[in-house]
Amino acid sequence: MHFLNEGKHLTTTGDRIRTILNDHGKLSVDAATLADGADLYEAGLSSFATVQLMLALEDAFDVEIPERLLNRRTFESIAAIAGVIGSLTNTPRTT
Amino acid sequence: MTAEPTSTAAEKARMVGAGVIEKHADDVDRNGRFPSEAVTAIKENRLLSIMLPRELGGEDASLAEVAELCSIFSQHCAATAMIFAMHQIKLASLAAHGLKSPWHRAFMERIAKEQLLLASATTEAGIGGNLRNSICAVQVNGPTFDLVKEASVISYGTEADAILVTARRHPDAAPSDQVMVAVLKDQYRLEKTSDWDTLGMRGTCSDGFRLTTSAPVEQIFPQPFAEIAAQSMLADSHLLWSSVWFGIAAAAVTRAQSFVRAEARKNPGSPPPGALRLAEAISMLQGVKANIVAGLRRFEVAKRSEDDLMSLGFAVAMNNVKVGVSQTVVQVVNHALLICGILGYKNNTPYSLGRHLRDAHSAALMISNDRILGNTSNLLLAHKHNTGLLDSP
Repeated sequence: MHFLNEGKHLTTTGDRIRTILNDHGKLSVDAATLADGADLYEAGLSSFATVQLMLALEDAFDVEIPERLLNRRTFESIAAIAGVIGSLTNTPRTT
Repeated sequence: MTAEPTSTAAEKARMVGAGVIEKHADDVDRNGRFPSEAVTAIKENRLLSIMLPRELGGEDASLAEVAELCSIFSQHCAATAMIFAMHQIKLASLAAHGLKSPWHRAFMERIAKEQLLLASATTEAGIGGNLRNSICAVQVNGPTFDLVKEASVISYGTEADAILVTARRHPDAAPSDQVMVAVLKDQYRLEKTSDWDTLGMRGTCSDGFRLTTSAPVEQIFPQPFAEIAAQSMLADSHLLWSSVWFGIAAAAVTRAQSFVRAEARKNPGSPPPGALRLAEAISMLQGVKANIVAGLRRFEVAKRSEDDLMSLGFAVAMNNVKVGVSQTVVQVVNHALLICGILGYKNNTPYSLGRHLRDAHSAALMISNDRILGNTSNLLLAHKHNTGLLDSP
């Protein structure tokens, strides 16, 4: 992902998630305008797009989101996604 | 026609099926009319409300018991069975998601008491068949809401006593941010926009309508439609529809078996030409049955945990029941037709299979299998299938 290589160490996880949401979330609004706690389903996130979002997140953060976390709560807000990513970033990917 | 009060629901269904439903099935099909005699008999036997909790006037029937009724009815008239199934799917949504809402509880009591028939308006012109998207929106004005929906299909819309309608939560909501509302016959107006003149399933009268309604906001389901769809409606639909389709195939095989036995009696000692094909048809039918029964058990287990109900594996399993059953039933009926030959091809013989074949072809289209396979293929990018033979899929 291009933004990983720009050396902007100040880029927050939330900002990176917003970029991924704009690329893969098929939201009806710009993710940059969403607060961390805003409901992503209200912003138009569908269950179909959730899978694409998951794949993009796994690639960008080099993590594997275990299937037990692939539920509606994990993707309900930018804060929720950041929480899950944060809990996984020290876990190496197995596949 | 009412059965003894002590009869089980399945016994009542067999009596109504072999009597009233069988008698009118060909006329319902030929004229594409609502099976009013059949639905009246089902109401008289109080079978519309069996899945509701006892405290609300129902009988606490399980989904498996209702699936058996769908199959029994379908062996006599698939359109009647599909109407019954669609009603029960709506009722299951109410029972699963309306128990905490006083309005919905009172509505369920009325359904049981008055044997109200529920219809559904989930498809809409312009959404491309994806019921998880809406164009129309609920417009709340103080204590009431207004809603206008261009519903491309409302099966038995004019015959129903109430309709469950999906719509966007408010006029600025995203297409997938939906709610479901229950509206009563005296709260809506239907203007017919298209006719249901089809190859099969002609008695479901699935005409298109413009639905205009205004009702108190209490009638909006408290949970988002996304959760209703994932936790109950999709599984209920796939399992009960599949039970209807099984009934079509089972009835066709019954006719084929009668044909083969009649042939065998004429020429004892030499197996009739259709005997081998009958064995093949029965084998396929057993696969259909096993698929549905495993699906019903999977759903019973999943109901114990919201996480399981919302899991990818569960969605994949239910999609697989629908796609597998709908593909195989057409093959089974086709086998039955090959066995019965010209007597199966002709109408008005004891072996006629034209209606069965036409009805069975609706299965792959009623939510297109291509759409469902597309959805499953997306889920399989995340879900790893389970290789254990006895584990849930």
